[in-house]
Amino acid sequence: MVTASSIARASRNSVLDLAAISLREVNQLLHDTDSGDFLIRNPRGAHSLACGLDGDMSVTIDGHVGYYCAGMNKRASVIVNGNAGTGLAEYMMSGFVHVKGDASQSAGATGCGGLLVIDGNASARCGIALRGLDIVVKGSVGHMSAFMAQAGSMVILGDTGDALGDSLYEARLFVRGSVKSLGSDCVQKEMRDEHKAVLRRLLDDAGVSGVDVAEFKRYGSARNLYHFHVDNAGQY
Amino acid sequence: MSADDHRARTPPRASATFDQYAIAEIHRAASTGIYDIRGFGAKRKLPHFDDLLFLGASISRYPLEGYRERCGTDVTLGARHARKPITLQIPITIAGMSFGSLSANAKEALGRGASLAGTSTTTGDGGMTVEEREHSKTLVYQVLPSRYGMEPDQLRKADAIEIVVGQGAKPGGGGMLLGQKISKRVADMRTLPEGIDQRSPCRHPDWTGPDDLEIKINELREITDWEKPIYVKVGAARPYYDTALAVKSGADVVVLDGMQGGTAATQDVFIEHVGIPTLAAIRPAVQALIDLDMHRKVQLIVSGGIRNGADVAKALALGADAVSIGTAALIALGDNDPRYEDEYRKLGTTAGCYDDWHEGRDPAGITTQDPELVKRLDPVAAGRRLANYLSVLALEAQTIARACGKSHLHNLEPEDLVALTMESAAMAQVPLAGTSWIPGKSG
Repeated sequence: MVTASSIARASRNSVLDLAAISLREVNQLLHDTDSGDFLIRNPRGAHSLACGLDGDMSVTIDGHVGYYCAGMNKRASVIVNGNAGTGLAEYMMSGFVHVKGDASQSAGATGCGGLLVIDGNASARCGIALRGLDIVVKGSVGHMSAFMAQAGSMVILGDTGDALGDSLYEARLFVRGSVKSLGSDCVQKEMRDEHKAVLRRLLDDAGVSGVDVAEFKRYGSARNLYHFHVDNAGQY
Repeated sequence: MSADDHRARTPPRASATFDQYAIAEIHRAASTGIYDIRGFGAKRKLPHFDDLLFLGASISRYPLEGYRERCGTDVTLGARHARKPITLQIPITIAGMSFGSLSANAKEALGRGASLAGTSTTTGDGGMTVEEREHSKTLVYQVLPSRYGMEPDQLRKADAIEIVVGQGAKPGGGGMLLGQKISKRVADMRTLPEGIDQRSPCRHPDWTGPDDLEIKINELREITDWEKPIYVKVGAARPYYDTALAVKSGADVVVLDGMQGGTAATQDVFIEHVGIPTLAAIRPAVQALIDLDMHRKVQLIVSGGIRNGADVAKALALGADAVSIGTAALIALGDNDPRYEDEYRKLGTTAGCYDDWHEGRDPAGITTQDPELVKRLDPVAAGRRLANYLSVLALEAQTIARACGKSHLHNLEPEDLVALTMESAAMAQVPLAGTSWIPGKSG
């Protein structure tokens, strides 16, 4: 029988099979470790998998995951060979999260640092309230993405849904495809060399090659809503 | 004009509908084009704990000796799922209030006072300050829709976690912190430009309903290795269903905040017209817990307008496990102190009425980030005042409980209470005084 104590004695290069051990045991092991390479098998859509990690470890998940995978991640590298549910890497602080499939709503919500890469599409509210995390979505994103985003960057190689960057603060948005509509206080801005350099670095970090930064448009805050004024009431 | 003509004239008559306040507010709105924003909670007259009385002991009830027989006040919170539930010496906690809306000295004073009294204090929007963690023996960490200043390390340092769905002053509303209070430290904690008007969202960014909330709670438990009690705080609106859904979602503790609960900055129209009074919210919430066989297993903390030990005792008698105070705690620190009357006058108000907490010009140094004003609040002395006040609340509640023959505050029950008005009898579901009539219950 597999127990938490037996898992705790496992090597730093372990295969963790969720068909045999519980989510609690897997997360506890990862919390008790600060380095190593881990392969998680049979996630079967489990919620809260590999959340709250804080270590220089690499975790590869073979299959689809549910809500809040890699939530509040610090330092760790988490790779999902599948799709991810709501709240992927929410409040991520640092490290690297890479989803090879699609991501559901609120991917990277309130993320503070690190890099989140989604190879497929991301649903609504991707990057909502972003505050320092960088997100690269190789497909398209849904409506209200980057809502109230404060800091960090979002790179979208595909298209966006409605109301991109609504009530945006200081986050930078780079979109290669079409923007269905911009949200309140979000405007297209000049793409200067410094922005191209940031974009190039993000594309390189995400493993995107053969794409010219000149194909992107940059969006940011018009800063008209930074101070409440009655003349702007219609925009709120 | 003869004397008879004078007598024939009617005197000036104020309208009950368009009273002086309503007329002044129309003038103000017409002049500025913007709604009124203020702090504090609902100021209108509402059915409240004052409308209830304890019956005390009599021939059929045996009282306890006031200074000799024990009357317990402790409460344990979070034993449903948490590996490390918390035990407080008194069932009166300090409600969540942010660093940003309050000064660092005020947050420190709240921590000091709560710790001296053996109870908990709570963070707020903006995360945990070093000062409040250092001086709070038991600290509850709020997870708010904005997630401003939140950090997983702080989450792990907390003794409990409170997911804020809403608050009594504004159920369904987000927060705001106006630019004059966004100092560099506040801005840095919230990752915002200094000096802007900060809007906190009204919805969480990564969950939308009770099924999602259940998964969110489990995520927080996983991140903290199932150690911490998890509270869910709701503004009093639909207390039966909100309590039931919080329990269903896995909450260890439900915090129910009535419309008298305070706020740092909210539209006056929101404060006065959305939500229900604390008195009306308690019994439906308790009923939900009873129906789910969770009363006393999931703890209920009630807040909104708690001022004295009688209020504490009445809330507990109606079925709460503990109460929480915010506005009263600030007053104990020194808010609205008449010694600052001259300065209140300069701000266009008077001691006892000051509620422009959002403007950051608090003469008492509590609801401000102005370094000179902040210096006025000595966190050690203010903490002592709060501890004194908390002690009085507990002693008063014990006095009442002993008179009702109860050896623990939690033994108080609705049967100990009667109501002075039909409204309060209906809301609290206790008999109108001198009768056995509970409106809606006994024909």
